[in-house]
Amino acid sequence: MQSHVQKLFRQCLYIVLAVIFSYAANADEVSRDQIKGLDEQVQDIKKDVLNLNSELARLEEKLLFPSNTQVSLFISMNNGDDFRLDSVQLKLDEKVVAQHLYSFRELEALQSGGVQRLYLGNIKTGEHDLVVSYIGKAPAGGEYKRSGTYRINKDVGPKFVEIKIAGPETTEQDIKFRDW
Amino acid sequence: MSLRFSIAALLLLPLLTHGTVRQHQEMRDIFYGEILYHAYQNDYFEAISHLDIELGQYYALDEPGLDSLHWHRGQAEFSVGDLELYYRMHQRAGRAIETVLANNVSETERNEAAFRLARLYYRKQDYVNALHAVELIKGEVPKKIRSDVVFLRAQIYVSVGKFSDAIKLLKALKGDNAYSGYIEYNLAMAYLQTSQNELAIDMLDQLGRLNTDDEAVLALKDKGNLKLANYYVDAGEAEKAGKYFSRIRLDGPFSNRALLGAGWVEVAQDRYDRALVPWSLLHEREQTNISVQEAMMAVPFAYSKLNVHGKAAIMYGKAMDVFASEIDSLDASIKSIREGKFLTALVSKEAEQDKNWVVNLRELPDSPETRYIMELLAAHDFQESLKNYKDLADLRQHLTAWLDSLTVFEDIIELRRQYYEPLLPQVETRFKKLDSRIRLRIEQRDRLNERIQSLLVLRRPVYLATANERAAIDRLAKIKIDLEANPNQATEEILYRMNRLSGVLDWRVKSEFDKRLTRAYKNLQDLDGVIDDLNKQYRAFVRTRQAATQSYEGYTIPIQQLRTRLRDTGVNLKRIMARQGRVLEQMAFNELDKRRKRLEEYQIKARFALAESYDRATKAQEDKALEQSATATATPAADGVKP
Repeated sequence: MQSHVQKLFRQCLYIVLAVIFSYAANADEVSRDQIKGLDEQVQDIKKDVLNLNSELARLEEKLLFPSNTQVSLFISMNNGDDFRLDSVQLKLDEKVVAQHLYSFRELEALQSGGVQRLYLGNIKTGEHDLVVSYIGKAPAGGEYKRSGTYRINKDVGPKFVEIKIAGPETTEQDIKFRDW
Repeated sequence: MSLRFSIAALLLLPLLTHGTVRQHQEMRDIFYGEILYHAYQNDYFEAISHLDIELGQYYALDEPGLDSLHWHRGQAEFSVGDLELYYRMHQRAGRAIETVLANNVSETERNEAAFRLARLYYRKQDYVNALHAVELIKGEVPKKIRSDVVFLRAQIYVSVGKFSDAIKLLKALKGDNAYSGYIEYNLAMAYLQTSQNELAIDMLDQLGRLNTDDEAVLALKDKGNLKLANYYVDAGEAEKAGKYFSRIRLDGPFSNRALLGAGWVEVAQDRYDRALVPWSLLHEREQTNISVQEAMMAVPFAYSKLNVHGKAAIMYGKAMDVFASEIDSLDASIKSIREGKFLTALVSKEAEQDKNWVVNLRELPDSPETRYIMELLAAHDFQESLKNYKDLADLRQHLTAWLDSLTVFEDIIELRRQYYEPLLPQVETRFKKLDSRIRLRIEQRDRLNERIQSLLVLRRPVYLATANERAAIDRLAKIKIDLEANPNQATEEILYRMNRLSGVLDWRVKSEFDKRLTRAYKNLQDLDGVIDDLNKQYRAFVRTRQAATQSYEGYTIPIQQLRTRLRDTGVNLKRIMARQGRVLEQMAFNELDKRRKRLEEYQIKARFALAESYDRATKAQEDKALEQSATATATPAADGVKP
């Protein structure tokens, strides 16, 4: 009789332990609701940081590049031009203000129609000489170097100049400048 | 993972490759081009941030139609949704697209927006809303997304259980190269769901024979063949199953499972020697793979069935060694995760730069064995959580950088204050003097202008007399007064000369009036030019003075507020990042623990199998020895009868 009670007790104990262990195991599982809830919180924080970033960018521009002295130089390429641009150098009033080596991703972004703001700075109102030089590899394989000059006429408002670079296999001009 | 979910995850594949930020026709806004530059490099944070600024400025304008972004407004509105979607901000992306839908746009634009919204809900696995959004598509659909719309509709129908409708759509789409392979696979799955097994088999067979170079479709093709082979295994038709296993590529993602299956097919036909061919090949592969680990048990099993118990025992022994070593490796990985090294490795620079970073994570010091969690890493939930964690790590960097920048801004402002504050009072004093002189001159010019204008209405030639003429006129008037006082001095000659002089002056002033008026007008115009220059200088000075003041005034409170917000956001971000990290660690830990338990089971099985093989090998050896001794005992007797 006693052994029967002991057996029953042991069985009950096993059941209780099994329930406890299974509960402990489930507690460690990551639920879809948990993932979804976290994802929503992540989205909220992204929204907050994006808002902050926009405000800070505006503050930075106002503080460091006020509109009366601001000048921005943009680099672009013709859509689909397969010229492999390696580097660009910008000289403003005989002083190198920007140099850039292009990664594959950046080059692809330019070739797809993206525009890169390569230089953002301050200049006085009046005329300024801009010299653009670039080096790359032509689709045929050789090195391809070109440079061009442009006179920037800085007025009271911010100045935006687009520098469109072309490879050897296009009918376009090597460097085209455009005031925006 | 449920079948429905696995279908949903697979159906997503072609959309991910097709979806992109809308291409522009001609760049008419340089800043929109800059946004695209960031977007094309998958730098969505910068792209969205720039786009928010641009759209904010655009809508704040009194006449937005005059802004160059006007030409890209439609694209920009779409891009917001796209970019936010790529940045996994589904809530905002949904709102952005709904805004497009709410606007008075053309039917094609409206349909495209509805398509994007449906796709968004579908990706979020919110199938009911996805269905609602896709039902909004009516009338003309832009040509470039026509197939995408049909395919998405079919995906949604599958997800909500409308298999027959999905089948109709997928059948109509058959032949579209963009979805080649995907259509067959999904049709087969839909047929299986509606118990049309024959049609499903036929479709999977078509998929399995598809001629393609596309790596994704090749993988799908392998998956189709594997599914078909497993179907026949379950149906007990081993021979047919073998045919489909043999179609699977040996270097594809399903090759290990195919080799394992091919072996079991041979075993089902009692051809243990032939089962050894695929299994031996599998045996030599990466030891962390589940199929390879199963093959480590399967190969000695086949040898034992072939009564090569010695070799089987040796191989079971080797398998046990491998399992023990792998369990140690898993224990080390679990320890590494518990110590937080997994999360550190996930956001390391090396991980960012390396395309094959998942595999190479294991090369990093103290990182866990990632090959055990490869399947987990490829799972949707883990991927999303991992991307979120990485995004949060990037955001944390942004916040830290901005906090540092604010300190630098304050330094700059202080330097400017120190420079300008002593200078400005002196400049102000001089400016006031100059200002009063400028005002005086402007007033003089205005008076002259008034006089010239009045002369045009009422001729007064004397107003344009020269200084000498005016002096002469004044002198004559004085003489006239004197003569009136002393009439005895007024001789005829004097009166004659006075009248003559007066006449000459009057003649000259009146006859030259028009010429003089024209000259005066021209002189006024010249003066206006000078005054314009003066005004320009004046305005430039005012602007410079204002800019100098604004360069250090009015920043203190905004910077303080931004700093507080940055810190609060940073605290919040840290909390969420910790929770996201714990989820990732838990997922990885669970996966490793599962694999560990499986290896332990294999170890126990291998131990028993080793003992059994050893016993049988020993017994076989003993039997052989007994046989040999029996032969040896029998031989002398035989020798004895030899003549």
